[in-house]
Amino acid sequence: MLVLALRRLASMILIMFVISVLLFVFFEGDKVNLAARVLGQYSTMEGRLQWLEDNGYNRPLWVRYSSWLYGFLTGDWKDSAQFSAPVYDFLLPRLQNTAILGGLVFVATVAISLVLGVLSGVAEAGLRDRTITVVSVFTTSIPEFASATFLVAIFVYWLDWLPGSSSFSDGFSWVELILPVATLVIYNFGYYTRMTRASMAEVMNSQYVRTAVLKGLPYRRVVIRHALRNALIAPFTVMILQLNYLLSGVVVTEVFFAYDGYGKALYDAAMFGDVYLILAGAMIAVVVAVLSQFISDIGYTFLNPRIRFA
Amino acid sequence: MTDLAASPARPGRFAKIARSVGLLRESPIGMVGLTLVLFWVLIAIFADLLPLRDPLAQAGADLLTPALTPSPDGGHYWLGTDDKGRDILARLFYGSRLVLFWSGFATVVAYAVGMLMGVAAGYRGGWWDEIISFIGNVFLAFPQMVLYIVILSQLGPDSSAGQWLAGEGFSTVWVKGLTIVLAVMFATAPQVARIVRGLVLDLKTRDYVAAAEVRGETPIYIMIVELLPNARGPLIVDACLRLGYVTIAIAALGFLGLGLPPPDPDWGKMISEVRGYGTAAANAMIWPALAISTMVLGLNLLADGLREISLRD
Repeated sequence: MLVLALRRLASMILIMFVISVLLFVFFEGDKVNLAARVLGQYSTMEGRLQWLEDNGYNRPLWVRYSSWLYGFLTGDWKDSAQFSAPVYDFLLPRLQNTAILGGLVFVATVAISLVLGVLSGVAEAGLRDRTITVVSVFTTSIPEFASATFLVAIFVYWLDWLPGSSSFSDGFSWVELILPVATLVIYNFGYYTRMTRASMAEVMNSQYVRTAVLKGLPYRRVVIRHALRNALIAPFTVMILQLNYLLSGVVVTEVFFAYDGYGKALYDAAMFGDVYLILAGAMIAVVVAVLSQFISDIGYTFLNPRIRFA
Repeated sequence: MTDLAASPARPGRFAKIARSVGLLRESPIGMVGLTLVLFWVLIAIFADLLPLRDPLAQAGADLLTPALTPSPDGGHYWLGTDDKGRDILARLFYGSRLVLFWSGFATVVAYAVGMLMGVAAGYRGGWWDEIISFIGNVFLAFPQMVLYIVILSQLGPDSSAGQWLAGEGFSTVWVKGLTIVLAVMFATAPQVARIVRGLVLDLKTRDYVAAAEVRGETPIYIMIVELLPNARGPLIVDACLRLGYVTIAIAALGFLGLGLPPPDPDWGKMISEVRGYGTAAANAMIWPALAISTMVLGLNLLADGLREISLRD
């Protein structure tokens, strides 16, 4: 286990290094445009070059990179060019916002897909199973911006029950969270439902469940005590991997609802060429991606003792 | 790649395809999917023959009209008009060409690259595997939206690469489209490579691979003629799903303003263009969202049907 953890850590650091270098090189060619965006459309070329000089963008690439790397490791994540604020202070509240959104989506998705998946898997090929399967294929096929469009058309324009923007402009509000959470849950729950269903159906057909039923245990108890734990192994690993999606995959939804989170910040930064903000965002994304993969592997061994890592 | 195209040309190939279609008829879900996909494919092919308005023509007097509004030329705007008075039905139907063409193109390119990466990593193993898998992991760990934006902004029509392509006679739409294809390739090929690698690790222990090695075939021949065709079953199902994901990704780029340049009727862009108009835009927003949903639904159902019949075989 320790060897696995160390291998993962080494590969993560290597990936972070490669990605940060790539991003640095990519945005090096764009820095005059960056200065133009910071200073405005009507700024002079001399002004732009001066801005690059003053803010240290003209130092050789490797000097800038080492300076960034040193700062990143010691907690100084440099300043965002677009917001002229330290990247760390800018990103932290946005990460919190995305954590709120992602947490709610995660809890709702897991709850819905486990319930539906188990209901569907215990009685395979029945009417209930068919209905749940069709509904989950259907909802998974609707991209986030399309379901967001439908939800806004119905609940904002037609019924006028909910706000169409979730920017928290008047402070935190639960009402504004409803539509973004619903959008993401609709897109995601189908996949996990089908995962749980397949796993549950397989377990229900196994010998030991049949034995448990035949020796006269109540059906409900067989499902909950005997089948569920084994049926949850496969869905669990996939659900943990969803954490990564909830950080990096929510960009469209956040932009759609003007939700002031990590995804939207990263989108704005990439459009602006705000290199230090992008770097910090990318590094966080890599850590979360590798970490969720690792937790998923560990959880897998925990739930399924037959699996051992060398 | 010519070997790949030529090798399955055995007698009875069309009979086999016909048999597969026949099998698909046993899966109702697959048939619904096929119908939806065929609907959009036929619309895209025959859009010119349908009695549609010009998708780019603007009617200044009829902005954001609801569906079924009578039009001044005596007909109807069946699905209403958008913020510039353009007929939504015509834009949707002509837009299906763009969506199908660019998603299909991007998926094919991503698949070609991903299959070559995966088969090389799986068959050669060792350093090949280490290096290819690492490159794949770098692009998989890259936040996808940043990857898209970096490639689209650094290689778009304004960049030096874009200028060069424009100088070679490519139109802006083509430069932008090719950039999108490239971006999708970087994001998708590693995922394809991962699947192909897994399949090849299993296939390379088969006797026919050993036989080919004993015959003295080159590794390239073994990879392309022996391994890839035998991995096609799961890959066809995956390609179907992947085409759906790519369609979603390209439409999302359009929605975010990174897609094909205006005034072309890109479905994602059609939503974002009218979004600012509030309640009046509800009608104009719903139709493109419905179009993309039905197309992706068709692809997903088709993939389900194909998986069902491939498991039965």
